[in-house]
This record gives sequence, C-alpha cells and structure tokens, in this order.
Amino acid sequence: MSWFIVHFAQIVFYFLAACTVAGAIGVVGFRSPVNAALSLLGTFMAVAGLFVLMHAEFLAAVQILVYAGGVMVLFLFVIMLVRVRTIPEEPQYLRSLAPAALGVGGLLAVLVGAGLWAAAQAPLANPAALRQVQGLTLGNTEAVGWSLYRDYLLPFEIVSIVLLVAMIGAIVMGRKEPGKEGGA
Amino acid sequence: MGNPWIAFLVVPLVKIVVILLVVILMAAYLSYFERKILAYMQIRIGPNRVGPRGWLQPIADALKLFVKEDIIPSRAEKFVYIVAPALITAPALVVFSVIPFGADTTFFGLLKQPIPPYLTDINIGILFILGVSSVGVYGVILGGWASNNKFSLMGGLRSAAQLVSYEVPMGFSVIAVLLMAGSLSMVKFVEAQKQAGVWFIFPGIVAFFIYFVCGIAETNRNPFDLPEAESELVAGFHTEYSGMKWAFYFLAEYANMVVISSVATVLVLGGWLRPFPNVAALAFLDVIPPFIWFAAKVGFFLFCYIWFRGTFPRYRFDQLMALGWKVLLPVSLANLLVVALGVLLMGGAR
Repeated sequence: MSWFIVHFAQIVFYFLAACTVAGAIGVVGFRSPVNAALSLLGTFMAVAGLFVLMHAEFLAAVQILVYAGGVMVLFLFVIMLVRVRTIPEEPQYLRSLAPAALGVGGLLAVLVGAGLWAAAQAPLANPAALRQVQGLTLGNTEAVGWSLYRDYLLPFEIVSIVLLVAMIGAIVMGRKEPGKEGGA
Repeated sequence: MGNPWIAFLVVPLVKIVVILLVVILMAAYLSYFERKILAYMQIRIGPNRVGPRGWLQPIADALKLFVKEDIIPSRAEKFVYIVAPALITAPALVVFSVIPFGADTTFFGLLKQPIPPYLTDINIGILFILGVSSVGVYGVILGGWASNNKFSLMGGLRSAAQLVSYEVPMGFSVIAVLLMAGSLSMVKFVEAQKQAGVWFIFPGIVAFFIYFVCGIAETNRNPFDLPEAESELVAGFHTEYSGMKWAFYFLAEYANMVVISSVATVLVLGGWLRPFPNVAALAFLDVIPPFIWFAAKVGFFLFCYIWFRGTFPRYRFDQLMALGWKVLLPVSLANLLVVALGVLLMGGAR
C-alpha cells in the first residue's frame, strides 16, 4: 500500500502518457472522422492531466477551455456539416509514403533522444524558482502572467499580431461577394 | 482526525455523495417547481395528483423513466449514441466540486472542528468551471449527430454554434469580476467581497447582466432554447433519446442551470455572505446560516430562469448570433476596459 502512495504520481503519469499516445494513434488510425476527432479530444484531455501533474494548473485549464471546448467543437461542426460517415474504401497511397515516414520518425527519435540525453546531463532545474518574481513566491497563474506580460511582452504582442493577420485573412477569404446569391 | 485516511478519503467521499445527492434531487425538484410556477403564471394548477400538492411527482417521473424501454435507432452510431448523454452529465456534476456553498462550519456543533462545507478550493477555480462546462457541449453535438436524424443533427449544430459564440462574452464578463477579486479561486471571490464590504454586483452590474444572459444561452434555456426548439425541430438534439438516456440530458440541463446560478451567486452576489457584510447594523441577519443565504440566492436565479421561460418568446437563430457577436461581445469588452481602469485607479491590483 505504501508503495502505491509513494509511486502514485508516476502511476498517474504513465496512465496519462498511455492515454495521450493511444489517442494520437486513434487520430490517424480510425476511418470514421468523428472517431478520429474524439481520439484527438482524448489526447487533449490527457495532456491537460499531464499539465496538472507538473503543477501547471493554469495551462491545464486553458488547454481544456481552448482546445477541447473551442477548437475541437469547430472541428466536429465541420465534420458533421460535411457529413462523411466513413471514408469510402478506395486505394490508399500510403505505401509510397513509407520512406518519408521512416525518415521523419528516425529524425524525431534522434531529436527526442538528444533532448533526453541533454536533460540527463544538466542538473534538475528548481521548479520553485519559476514562481519567484522579485523575491515573491506567486501562484501558477500569476507567474505565467508576470513572465508573459513583463519578460516576454514583445514576442507575445508579435504573436497576437500574427494571429490577427490570420484572422483577417480568413474573414476576407470567407466573405461572399456582394450582390451574389446568398450574401450577408 | 488522527487517522489520515479519515481526512483524505472518508471526509471527501462523504462530501461527494452528499453533493451528488443534493444536486440530483435539486434537478428533479426543479422540474416540479418549473411546472408549478409556469402553471400559476398561466392560471393553471400544474401537477397535483402524486402525493400532497404533487410533491412526489419528480419521484414518479424518475421511476417511470427507469422502467421505460430504451430505444436505439437502427442506423445510429451506437457507441457515440450511448456515450453522449454521459458526456454532458458528467461535466455538469464535476463542476460542483469547486463551488463554495458556505463558510467553514461545525454543522451546528455536530463536529469538533469546523470543516469547509465544499469539496475543494483550487487556485484556478473559475477557469476550471469554465473549462469543464465547455466540454459538456460534446454531449449535445455528438448525441445529435449519432442519432442519425435530421432534426437531431440540426439541434446539435445549432447548439455547437451557440455555445461557442456565447462562451466568449461570458469569459470576458467573468474576467471583469476577476479583476475586482484579484484571484481565480472561488473562495477568494467571496472573501474579496467580504473585504470590499459590498457585493460585486454593484460595481459589476454590466458584467453580471452579460454573464447571466450568456448563462441562459449556455444552458439552452428559453429564450435561447434553439437547439431544442420544439415548434421547428421536434425536440432538437435529443429527439431520438428515450428512457434513462433522455433522463441524463434532462438532469444535465437542470444541473447546468444550478451551476450557472451558483457561479453567478459566488461571483457577484457575495456567495454565502449576507447583504452588506461589514455593516454592523445588519448583524442580526447572521442568525441565518451561510449556506441558507447561498441557497436563497441560487433559488432566486433559478426562479428567474423559469420566469424568463414563462415570459419571453424565442429568438430567431440569426438574431441569436447577432446578439452574441454584435451586442454582447463589444459591450463586454468595453465593460472590461472600464472595470480595469476603475481597479487601477482605486489601487486594487498590484
């Protein structure tokens, strides 16, 4: 029983990690687009759980609010409007993509391996230091706010302008020509 | 409290069971009060056959739903069809874990030490509530899609558009109150109002109005009940549902009404506090226990829900979208600016 309590965080981590990977496999594996979208939803939820495990509660809540509550709903909206129940059985051209998949997978493995090796070399960072602002210990949300709006204000503003440009572009492209049928 | 198992396992479990029971019973009896109040508003009597004055009507309804045949349409997506009602009910119930029902209490001397009468207080309380309740929309759109029925699908699509649209002004109105409280924790909201000596509804009247309008839209209630508009869509997303699966949708709708009312109570109506909590002349009001104050405020909001249903005609769908994006969103943004300026001038935030 005490072993269970001591290793509780690790057990939860491996469970959530397995859910994340299983969801990711489901996204590419399912033929029905709705099932694939639901797998992606499962992945988002599990990632939010991983954030909680790392004491990043604010990120976890925003992950669920934005990705699960907003983005995936719009995905499902489009899927349901198009109303494809399953992709019809047709020849798949996956075989020709196999070398590319191998190459990308190998590169990813090397990068992750290098990252893990580098992380193992460096001493563990003190997570409490991330919450220290001018000697004050803050909550998670406040710490995120401080670093976002004080230390990284310029990158943050640039990102928001990039998003604004993308949004205006989407509105311009989605707008119907005036005078045509079904306008406004 | 010597044994840690009692503090960490038994006490929370008891709280969970009590909260779940109360919420489910409240949802059931809310339907009774809704029928009764609507009946009196329309000069009828309403349910009065089962038990004295019809008090046992919700119990009879629940028993009926338990024994009803559970029909699954022949060409439905079976798995999604079965899971969808749980997807909307679970978030509606989970949210109650962070709602503070009252101050620390010994339950009239029943316990030796005062304990908090809510399950937990997390430092992202209000974000947790917004996030978890935004997941509930999947129950509606997936249920509507999996039924393989065009009325259901239309209801599901409408609901998806409506919930995503009204979440935005709702979030901004919550942020305005958040600036006044200076915290995301639900308990801190109430404590901030105690410190300020005034409920946040007075400085935050615009935020409260936007929040409650959006809350009605989020719970698919009249006048925003387009996902289940019976005159055009039969019953919208739950047209094909029957028996206990339908009961789950029903439970979720009423539980969500209680959630919206409770959050509104905590955010702007002082939670469990009495009116003007720092005015000594009103101290005689303290004989009423805090959770009675809380329940009374929630009850007022729930009555408003039913009142609106008896009063307002339904919006058209384009009117609904225009209201959300062209009126509520700009007003909530302007309100946010004004409130932020006010908090800055009063020196409220660091």
